[in-house]
Amino acid sequence: MGLRRVVMAAIAALALLSAPASARTFRFAAQGDFKSLDPYTLNETFTLAMHGAVYEGLTKRGPNLEILPGLAERWEIAEPTRWRFYLRKGVKFANGEDFTADDVLFSADRVRATGSNLTARISADTQFVKVDDYTVDVVLSAPNPILHYEWDTWYIMSKKWAEANNAVAPTPPNAQTPGYAALNANGTGPFRLESHQAGVKTVWKPNPAWWGKPEHNLTEVIFTPIASDATRVAALLSGEIDWMDPVPVQDIQRVNAGQSTTVMTGPELRTIFLGFDQRSNELKYSNVKGRNPFKDARVRQAVYQSIDINAIRDKIMRGLATPTPLMISPLLYSRAGEFKRFPYDVEGAKKLLAEAGYPQGFEVTLDCPNDRYVADEAICQAVVGMMARIGIKVTLNAQPKAKYFGKVLAPSFDTSFYLLGWTPSSFDSWNIIYGMYGCRNDQGKGRGESNLGGYCNPEIDKLADQILSENDPKKRDDLIYQAYDIGQNKDVGYVPLHQQSLAWGVSKKVKVVQRADNQFLFYWATKE
Amino acid sequence: MIAFVIRRLFQSVIVMIAVGLIAFTMFRFVGDPVNQIVSIDTPREQRERVRQDLGLDRPVPVQFAAYLVRAAQFDFGMSYQFRQPVRGLIGERMPATLELAGVAAVLALLVGIPMGVFTALRRDSLLASLFMAVSLVGISLPTFLIAILLRYLFSVQLGWLPSYGRGDVVMLAGWSTGLLTASGLKALILPAVTLALFQMTLITRLVRAEMLEVLRTDYIRFARARGLRNRTIHFGHALKNTLVPLITVTGLQLGSLIAFALITEYVFQWPGMGLLFLGAVQNVDIPVMAAYLMLTATIFVGINLVVDLLYAAVDPRLRIAARPA
Repeated sequence: MGLRRVVMAAIAALALLSAPASARTFRFAAQGDFKSLDPYTLNETFTLAMHGAVYEGLTKRGPNLEILPGLAERWEIAEPTRWRFYLRKGVKFANGEDFTADDVLFSADRVRATGSNLTARISADTQFVKVDDYTVDVVLSAPNPILHYEWDTWYIMSKKWAEANNAVAPTPPNAQTPGYAALNANGTGPFRLESHQAGVKTVWKPNPAWWGKPEHNLTEVIFTPIASDATRVAALLSGEIDWMDPVPVQDIQRVNAGQSTTVMTGPELRTIFLGFDQRSNELKYSNVKGRNPFKDARVRQAVYQSIDINAIRDKIMRGLATPTPLMISPLLYSRAGEFKRFPYDVEGAKKLLAEAGYPQGFEVTLDCPNDRYVADEAICQAVVGMMARIGIKVTLNAQPKAKYFGKVLAPSFDTSFYLLGWTPSSFDSWNIIYGMYGCRNDQGKGRGESNLGGYCNPEIDKLADQILSENDPKKRDDLIYQAYDIGQNKDVGYVPLHQQSLAWGVSKKVKVVQRADNQFLFYWATKE
Repeated sequence: MIAFVIRRLFQSVIVMIAVGLIAFTMFRFVGDPVNQIVSIDTPREQRERVRQDLGLDRPVPVQFAAYLVRAAQFDFGMSYQFRQPVRGLIGERMPATLELAGVAAVLALLVGIPMGVFTALRRDSLLASLFMAVSLVGISLPTFLIAILLRYLFSVQLGWLPSYGRGDVVMLAGWSTGLLTASGLKALILPAVTLALFQMTLITRLVRAEMLEVLRTDYIRFARARGLRNRTIHFGHALKNTLVPLITVTGLQLGSLIAFALITEYVFQWPGMGLLFLGAVQNVDIPVMAAYLMLTATIFVGINLVVDLLYAAVDPRLRIAARPA
């Protein structure tokens, strides 16, 4: 009798311990993991979003990507080349230290140090000056209206903590011991890191000392990377996870049909496009010898007009894509609506090819990744078929991203014709006009670095320089308009295809905010 | 005996170097690691710097030599993707794989041997035919398909068992075990059954075939003539003599259970070494790939050695032959 009572009591006690009435554990899964806890080691969307639970920047971005105050309460442009940031008072790091101007100055140095992958957040000649403990001046060598556009993911780290733990610089790739900051996190953000086992499991708990008012109602968050698509879907359907990304195109119906699951879709910022080698005097992968057909804007336009973009959207993307005339998402440029795609017109395309001197078409190889973007290889296969209708015989070379990027990116630029996806990391057109339309040299350093095909028009370079230092938003948008007008409407520098859709698998028990940059921020999540 | 062991150890070293060389040559074709370490819009100078820092600009033979020197000291370098020592990463993941493979092997033996004996002794019974039919299915269906079917039934439809992961683990002297928690045991069922199914059917069929063979031999007839009880004949004489091939097969299969549990690990997101390896392949994480392949080779070489020694223990003829004349 006695023993039985003890056992019953123990079971009851255990039950109480393991299930507190208000426990709201949010579980989620994604394809990959964030590789390091150091917020400066990799400039990649998912990684930055995960760091964003623990760390904060001077600015934040809201659900619609609007720039909001973060660790800086407000800021002003005192002179065109001097910005003043007023820091939030009473903010503490997870280890209890106060956040001050010293931490901002320290983080500004650290993010530009060797081993950081986020050096582009702040240009090398930008100086940070401490005015007092809660005021920082940023001194520029030239006006820069988009100075703070990427500062929502330039996370502020504690100077004292980093110095005490020998983590003043990010761990370089060749280090023989892991850096302290790569294995531990100490931020000011809404969550604290409980544990992190790389590639296996990460656990966060809310930060009770956070300065802001929590918009979530969670008591614990658990993240597991699940590489296999089928497993991720099964875990969501069986209710073991509340959120996952991405839902494979073929499983969308199944997830929507689930009793307690649904797919959240929305346009993503990334633009999928085709690019041409316009720099070489002879295409490396083609049967045309002695000249380069892609140097002729009419050939590029013919390719453009041969593509039935609506068929790609409906048949391959199953509706989860938005065709686009621009290399930037319409969400990121106010005048995007004024641009139109060239119409799909096979006869017109044939005529253009004939005018350019290729009435019989030609042969060329298309480089394509097969594990990077939604249905990337299928899109390329469709392009091959569509271009065949105007006589251009395309050979498809689809490879895993690990090989593909090594082939097409700087310094090799080893491609004649390629498919790529691009999001401007600053969420601003200058990144594209400078990096993708800018004339580049052979090595591809600086201007035109992401311009794999070497499109070049000096007028655009001139506009890019003006855009960089124009502080007036309206004038700036005009200049951007001119650049896109030349680059697309006149020169057909690229063939933009579409913005792919986000497809998040979400349990009906939770509410989350889907942001177009595909950052999943669980500090906005609530659970029943 | 000692000479035999030393000879085998020497051969093992050669095997390991060969594996290392083949692996290293293969890595050239996986892709460029630098693109996996930095983001796609990283400036070129920064990329070049990473390449130099990692020594990837050196000729392949130089890289291989440097690697061998360090590997001989059990230093496998730092993972490119996690920036943590590879040794630590593999050490963290190894318990998961060993537990899974161990449980699967025990399961396969515990079910496989009795099934094999039964089907051999009661060849014509209905149950034996059923067992044989099941084993045919087990041996011909691919692992990932079984995994998906099991998961669809037991986690998505019935909701009894978790569809991924390892559940809660307990740390025991640096070894993370899932065998001591309810969620850990529940999480183990589907992957272990998936992994064991093929081995189990293999063992059933092997034991059956060997038993049938042995039961026809003269000494079994003599045993019967001596009036020994059936049980003594079947288990004391017949089964004992099927053990030699069974040990070979089980030993080698245990190696492949550990090394190639990776499909099961991938499907169930089981955080073992195989999953680590697959992630490494996707991210061109050469130090992790190299260490995993070397470890796999070590496991196979080690198991082969143990199997050879076990032969001697089980089969007296080998012991006699090994003695110097």
